[in-house]
Amino acid sequence: MNQRAPIEEQIDLPFVESLRISFQSLKIRFGRSIITTAGITLGIAFLVSVWTNNEIGIALQESGRQSTINTFEETTEKGISTKDIWLIVMSLIVCVVGIANSMLMAVTERFREIGTMKCLGALDGFVVRLFLLESGFQGFSGALIGALLGTLGAVLLGLKDYGLDLFFYFPLLPSRPEDGPMQLGVIVVILLGCVLGMILAVIGSSFPAWRAAKLPPAEAMRTEV
Amino acid sequence: MPDIVVKTEDVVKEYRMGSNVLRALDGINIEIERGEYISLMGPSGSGKSTLFNMIGALDQPTEGQVYIDSQNMSHLSQRQIAAFRCHRVGYIFQSYNLLPVRSAHGNVTLPMIFAGIPEKQRNEKAEELLARVGLGDRMYHLPDELSGGQRQRVAIARALANDPSIILADEPTANLDTITGREIIDLIKQLNNEQGVTVISATHDLKMLDVSDRIVDIRDGLVERIRNRDEIEIEVGEVGGE
Ligand SMILES: Nc1ncnc2c1ncn2[C@@H]1O[C@H](COP(=O)(O)OP(=O)(O)O)[C@@H](O)[C@H]1O
Ligand SMILES: [Mg+2]
Repeated sequence: MNQRAPIEEQIDLPFVESLRISFQSLKIRFGRSIITTAGITLGIAFLVSVWTNNEIGIALQESGRQSTINTFEETTEKGISTKDIWLIVMSLIVCVVGIANSMLMAVTERFREIGTMKCLGALDGFVVRLFLLESGFQGFSGALIGALLGTLGAVLLGLKDYGLDLFFYFPLLPSRPEDGPMQLGVIVVILLGCVLGMILAVIGSSFPAWRAAKLPPAEAMRTEV
Repeated sequence: MPDIVVKTEDVVKEYRMGSNVLRALDGINIEIERGEYISLMGPSGSGKSTLFNMIGALDQPTEGQVYIDSQNMSHLSQRQIAAFRCHRVGYIFQSYNLLPVRSAHGNVTLPMIFAGIPEKQRNEKAEELLARVGLGDRMYHLPDELSGGQRQRVAIARALANDPSIILADEPTANLDTITGREIIDLIKQLNNEQGVTVISATHDLKMLDVSDRIVDIRDGLVERIRNRDEIEIEVGEVGGE
């Protein structure tokens, strides 16, 4: 207790400690973590199902098959209809807003915790890193489950529309037909969904966490949710 | 020469809300000696918590200076302020402010994790501190599973984790019944006596009167008067039946 010594500089925590603290937090708050993660899952599932459904539609059109029920739908020759673009854009917006909202809620209800950690000696950077780790993990697992669920949904819809033909012409890999639009393929759509979910979750959580960490602890702790 | 641990110089704190400015502290000058037990008394809204935040580096004054161990707090870097909060001060709050995801033990080890203390050492220290506050058999319970008095004991153990020279307590007994409150006060007083830790406590709990060395009465953001122990004892007699 060298009380009169000049005040030293706070040290950085080893990465393992941050990792342990963040997993502890996810584990104990399991119910709440699941709800936040479910928000990500839903957003990505919606986006991926619409997108994959579209990929399937194009692939089967290319192959000359027509949907048994979508025959009357106006398509722009070959390729994506404006309605499909509209749907994809809408699902993207729903996904972004949904995930940002669920992360923001999850951080806001922990402002007091952030203020308390700063009272105990946490650096701002530690607080941000904690939320980065937690949301990165939630984002990845939530988005992966969502992408798989979304694909499953699109496949079921495809089966209904095209029957077993679906599997002969399934657009698994990227392809570029001579006169058709570029197709990403379902695998790329799943990957993009995962990456997007994770990025949205990490930004949606770290940005409010960073703002809370910058606040003086007295203010962060005043926040009642 | 007295050993001054906390000194405030014309500390002013204003809160801006839209076009309104609320002057919560209106020029506070106090000096606190090492080892003292000081109570900041005053009605609700008088500025006790605001002063508590200034002394504990939890917020910055609008004007004026705070010196702790002769260091001007406004001259410290972010890292120094974090280290100051980690090593020099133990905070105790009215609403306990335990981290809900960590057990009693986990709450007590956290400031030691921030201080870089090795795992084995901090685990032992946490067990020792929790035993000392009478929670030896509740160490691995989550805060939700503890009573108010027990939570405040965890907060006290946590405040002591890095051997601070100052304990800052903001209405530590306000959410507790009279008997539990008394126990918490006795515990804090015991630390003050045995370890010579300086205690600064905001309160309007009259039970705090007879353990305090001095009482600073705060009113409307100003120090109204400062009373010494011997001046208080007469008054305590009058409220003894509380
Ligand atoms: N963050 C804040 N923003 C605006 N006003 C505040 C804030 N904190 C405190 N106040 C006001 O400052 C005054 C003093 O408050 P406070 O220090 O909490 O009093 P006490 O702890 O003595 O009850 C009160 O009028 C309160 O409403
Ligand atoms: Mg108060």
